[in-house]
Amino acid sequence: MLQIKNLQAGIEDKPILKGINLTVNAGEVHAIMGPNGSGKSTLASVLAGRDGFDVTGGEALYNDNDLLDLATEERAREGVFLAFQYPVEIPGVNSAYFLRSAVNAIRKHRGEEEFDAMNFLKAVKVKMKELGLGEDFLKRPVNAGFSGGEKKRNEILQMTMLDPRLAILDETDSGLDIDALRIVADGVNRLRSDDNAQVVITHYQRLLDYIVPDFVHVLYDGCIIKSGDKSLALELEEKGYDWLIKEAA
Amino acid sequence: MRADTDTIDDFVASDYKYGFVTNIESESLEPGLGEEAVRFISAKKKEPEWLLEWRLKALRHWEKLECPTWPHVNYPPVNFQDISYYSAPKKKGDGPKSLDEVDPKLLETYEKLGVPLHERARLAGVAVDAVFDSESIGTTFKADLAKAGVIFCSISEAVQEHPELVKKYLGTVVPYTDNFYATLNSAVFSDGSFVYIPKGTRCPMELSTYFRINAANTGQFERTLIIAEESSHVSYLEGCTAPMRDENQLHAAVVELVALDNAEIKYSTVQNWYPGDEEGRGGIYNFVTKRGICKTNAKISWTQVETGSAITWKYPSVILKGDNSIGEFYSVALTNNMQQADTGTKMVHLGKNTRSTIVSKGISAGRGQNSYRGLVQVGKKATNARNFSQCDSLLIGDQCGAHTFPYIEAKNPSANIEHEATTSKIGEDQIFYCNQRGLETQDAVNMIVNGFCKEVFRELPMEFAMEAQKLLDVSLEGSVG
Repeated sequence: MLQIKNLQAGIEDKPILKGINLTVNAGEVHAIMGPNGSGKSTLASVLAGRDGFDVTGGEALYNDNDLLDLATEERAREGVFLAFQYPVEIPGVNSAYFLRSAVNAIRKHRGEEEFDAMNFLKAVKVKMKELGLGEDFLKRPVNAGFSGGEKKRNEILQMTMLDPRLAILDETDSGLDIDALRIVADGVNRLRSDDNAQVVITHYQRLLDYIVPDFVHVLYDGCIIKSGDKSLALELEEKGYDWLIKEAA
Repeated sequence: MRADTDTIDDFVASDYKYGFVTNIESESLEPGLGEEAVRFISAKKKEPEWLLEWRLKALRHWEKLECPTWPHVNYPPVNFQDISYYSAPKKKGDGPKSLDEVDPKLLETYEKLGVPLHERARLAGVAVDAVFDSESIGTTFKADLAKAGVIFCSISEAVQEHPELVKKYLGTVVPYTDNFYATLNSAVFSDGSFVYIPKGTRCPMELSTYFRINAANTGQFERTLIIAEESSHVSYLEGCTAPMRDENQLHAAVVELVALDNAEIKYSTVQNWYPGDEEGRGGIYNFVTKRGICKTNAKISWTQVETGSAITWKYPSVILKGDNSIGEFYSVALTNNMQQADTGTKMVHLGKNTRSTIVSKGISAGRGQNSYRGLVQVGKKATNARNFSQCDSLLIGDQCGAHTFPYIEAKNPSANIEHEATTSKIGEDQIFYCNQRGLETQDAVNMIVNGFCKEVFRELPMEFAMEAQKLLDVSLEGSVG
């Protein structure tokens, strides 16, 4: 599904990603871990198409097409979803309207019938219940005045409604208490299927108790310095990153 | 964010779809302003002596005034001698008696503007007065309105048919000495609408005037007078467009509203005069005085959506003279490209327990400059006056500006005045967030802007709220690169 080959990128003249290689197949969950400043969020941003990053080398193929050549909204419509580390507030725009517009943009692209207000409400209410979101949620402006936990649950709600092929979760666990973490993880797990894949970026092994990865990668200074299965995460929890960094050097 | 600049420029240049010119034989007065011009206009309209005298007094007063420079706008001085003060489609004989006799070319023009006047295609439930340059060419649904006792006609016609009403109220809210452009208007006003709602009557339909400037080098100086007798109610809407021309054209209107005891007037404007091109060539100078007076328990509500004009300069105001009267002002003003707007309101609290609400939403894009200027004044005797003002500015891009000039003068210690102001910017992170959810950049901007304006749009009559939203979308096309 996703093949990243020797990807190099940075901001202005500052290189951040220095040759990432990663293959993600349908049906897989990959965890990307690593210390602060190692390039985890940059990788998510470059894949999603955020402005301000220059790709200086390598490539990223998504279903055998050049992902980096697509506009941000085209990537989204092709099924790439980014759950934001810091979800953006849009005052004045109500959540229902925003989400329905997004869902319909994607349904239209897939050749599916667009949701009218009634069908949309029916579909979204089921998902909201699963995520423990109250009904007033839809009337509130997008993320404006939301608590940290509400913002993250909103990301997961959007993800389940948009039904992505490749979901990238950028530190979705940060700032969540244990109950919220479980709800968010349940939402992610429900999405798992043989047709789609997830890339979970996290600092902590804690999340991986709930979202069990098939592969764990350690990112350091713009390169993946170690890959393994879920036991690698447990080892990191116990020993930290230093031994790996020394090993890589 | 990837579209190249050329296509964006094309977008901006092509988005004003009302820029066509109607080729029609018209009768125009030679440019120039003086007693001769005033006498010509008055004679053309077969006006009574008192009205001519009033115009001449205004002219003499105007000659002593200087053009004000306090608004936060920049433009070269207007040469008032270069403007023609009267232009009207040439009539055969005595002119049309009804819409059936109106030149088909004119009817076609209004049809193209989306305001069909002939019977089979009229807008349901909305009576329209169509003003073309200096003349009203006709009013729809007149007979239906007459049944309810409502008078809705051009002001020229009202001068002939109902002189006692015009004489009683003209200039009582905006006197001819009021300000530079109101004084000019008093001297040379051509046409506009006249509305009279009798006591205890709820006007059975929306009333609307569509102003169209067509002729080149002509100013439009319309004058509108709305009188709502005791316990009556009326909702009125004005729309405006003009051809695309390289020269600036002057539009200096005066609107007077009189709401007697327990009456309510709702006045909505969707202003879409030609804004000029992306370099600031051409466009309408929209210098307008709008004011209403409320007697006891009366209410006046102004709602405006201002997307057009090169320069907009207007402050629809309410004088809350009667006890318990209410004034409201809801405004969306958009400036894109080189447009400038200095707009707001005045709420003058004179009676006891008077209340006013101001909600102003300014949107600046391109190199547009948008100013809110508002005055809340509470007189000595206005005990328990309350005002709430909210002024929000939204910036799109980094070359535009938003400015707020609120003035508060309270002479009664019981006054309760609240002012809230915010400035926000459509951020790249917001656009990225929307893009990442599959939305196009332009749709994302429209969504954010419409969300920003929601509180004002919901004050517009239903049929026009959608119109206003579409207009805003079109006006913003290409505003993000």
